[in-house]
Amino acid sequence: MGPDDPLELDGRPAPGRAEISEAGVTLDGWEAVVGLEVHCELKTATKLFCGCRNSFGDEPNTNICPVCLGLPGSLPVLNAAAVEMAMRIGTALNCDIRPSSFHRKNYFYPDMPKDYQISQYDEPINVGGWLDLPDGSRVGIVRAHIEEDTGKTTHLGASGRIHGASSSLVDYNRAGVPLVEIVSEPDIRSAEQARAYAAELRGILVATGASDGRMEEGSMRVDANVSVRRVGSDRLGTRCEVKNLNSLRSLGRAIEYEMRRQVDILASGGSVAQETRHFDEVKGMTVAMRSKEEAFDYRYFPEPDLVPLAPDDSWRTRVAASLGEMPAARRARLVELAANASSGPHLEASLSNQVATVVDLGLDDLVVAAISAGIDPSLALARAANEAAANAEAASGLDPSAFATLLGMEAGGKLSATQAKAVLAEMLAHGGDPETIARAKGFEALGDDELARAVREAVSANPAEWERYQAGEEKLAQFFVGQVMKATRGRADGKAVVAELGRLRG
Amino acid sequence: MSDPGKPSVPGGSSGESRRLSRSDAAYVARLARLDISDEELDLYADQLEAVLDYAAEVDSVDTTAVAPMAHPLPLVNVLRPDEPADSLDRDEVLAQAPASEDGRFMVPRILGEAP
Repeated sequence: MGPDDPLELDGRPAPGRAEISEAGVTLDGWEAVVGLEVHCELKTATKLFCGCRNSFGDEPNTNICPVCLGLPGSLPVLNAAAVEMAMRIGTALNCDIRPSSFHRKNYFYPDMPKDYQISQYDEPINVGGWLDLPDGSRVGIVRAHIEEDTGKTTHLGASGRIHGASSSLVDYNRAGVPLVEIVSEPDIRSAEQARAYAAELRGILVATGASDGRMEEGSMRVDANVSVRRVGSDRLGTRCEVKNLNSLRSLGRAIEYEMRRQVDILASGGSVAQETRHFDEVKGMTVAMRSKEEAFDYRYFPEPDLVPLAPDDSWRTRVAASLGEMPAARRARLVELAANASSGPHLEASLSNQVATVVDLGLDDLVVAAISAGIDPSLALARAANEAAANAEAASGLDPSAFATLLGMEAGGKLSATQAKAVLAEMLAHGGDPETIARAKGFEALGDDELARAVREAVSANPAEWERYQAGEEKLAQFFVGQVMKATRGRADGKAVVAELGRLRG
Repeated sequence: MSDPGKPSVPGGSSGESRRLSRSDAAYVARLARLDISDEELDLYADQLEAVLDYAAEVDSVDTTAVAPMAHPLPLVNVLRPDEPADSLDRDEVLAQAPASEDGRFMVPRILGEAP
């Protein structure tokens, strides 16, 4: 795993990134043509073909058995939950769910003790679909098939990489863990769009309940097929497959680098070699992998130990009916709810980023509860997308009504913003209801008289500043807010202080 | 695995009239990581060709009205519930391996990337 922050969820164009994205779309008259292959580990309790636990981070080789070790005489039996999750993914991606079968993909590499991987080949379970991105673009889905994951190899040697290693160590806990590989059409035209696709797909995979979406644990792994062509051309150029993309940031950087590299080659009259390249996160560049003497011949043949899969209509209907709302629908619902509850004529643009964060982290219920309780949407979204999001794991277990109560206390002036944030942090860290926590912290409401007195004291203690404020120097209001906060140890509400100052000024 | 197509079949490029050329036999041996001598290559090429001829007898059956099948049994959806079962004892398993270290199987240095 690399140094990037893999949990980075922001696949949307951030302020200041638009120019880079534009440059990426048409670099000197060239455009990128990108298709992504995403491997998603399914969140089942057990492996695809045996009862060994599917559990990340366990002691090496503690979840292994004759089936996933490929011992003679062992037979695979397909995990019903893995099939169901694959169907959920296919349904969410608008695919046709078809009768399917399994093949053996034969190769010699110590990450698979059987010397083959069981995968779906010419008859995948999910075929043809699409994924709509927040910017309105649509990326086609070729297929989303079931296969088993491989073991994890660690290469010994000074460099830590394969070259120069004297031996390799293998952990088969991951061998046989269920995967769905989602292959997109080459519909992606920029690094930014690739990031947006991967982010949206991640949100969908999590929403289906099939994946935890943790890129840092390898639950979601992305390979990018990148080629470039003259803008306006409809021919596909020679593509390179880029591997080792461990975060959305790496995905974007690798495509930008690869595009620049290929354009430089083609613009100077050269030709791009079709090859697999490795993204070096430290150097920020792609490097050709050791070239193979001959193309792999996987000798696919039907897996004789498994019978075909043929979900009937009732199974498909049941899966479709059990799917919850996908992120796009949830975002739309929150935006509508917030807009209807807003006093202003329209929702501020900044709120849509907060809505996206809330949905990414699955904190919708908090915001819905708060807005339904009459809290201003901008406050509900801000506290959810900032303070609650800072401890997202705890926030997803927070009682929505307690969250709404807390924001009600803040909106009603019983707690200052600073106090409300402190109470929320405590609720996230140790649980508890907001009133009790506020009392325990001594956050008694500052009475109107007490507040007025504190403001008057701050004014008389700082006559020069008061004079300047009276003369119209508005920024000094914040100075007085600071003074009052200090005197009341943060119990005052900033807005109430400013209002009192205005009243004193007359 | 992004380009599914027909499973590849060796041969056809040698120009020989044989069903399985000597170079096909060498290719199959290389795929199976078998180090065989020239004499053995001739022997196995002949034997493999006999196997192919035998299997080709199936081609003489008229199957135009038979749908392609992935499995001879009239079964679909053979599934097991997603319930954990006991795994093997690690020490016992590793004791069967030629070498191990840190609870992992130790294998000779890997050349090249994973396919």
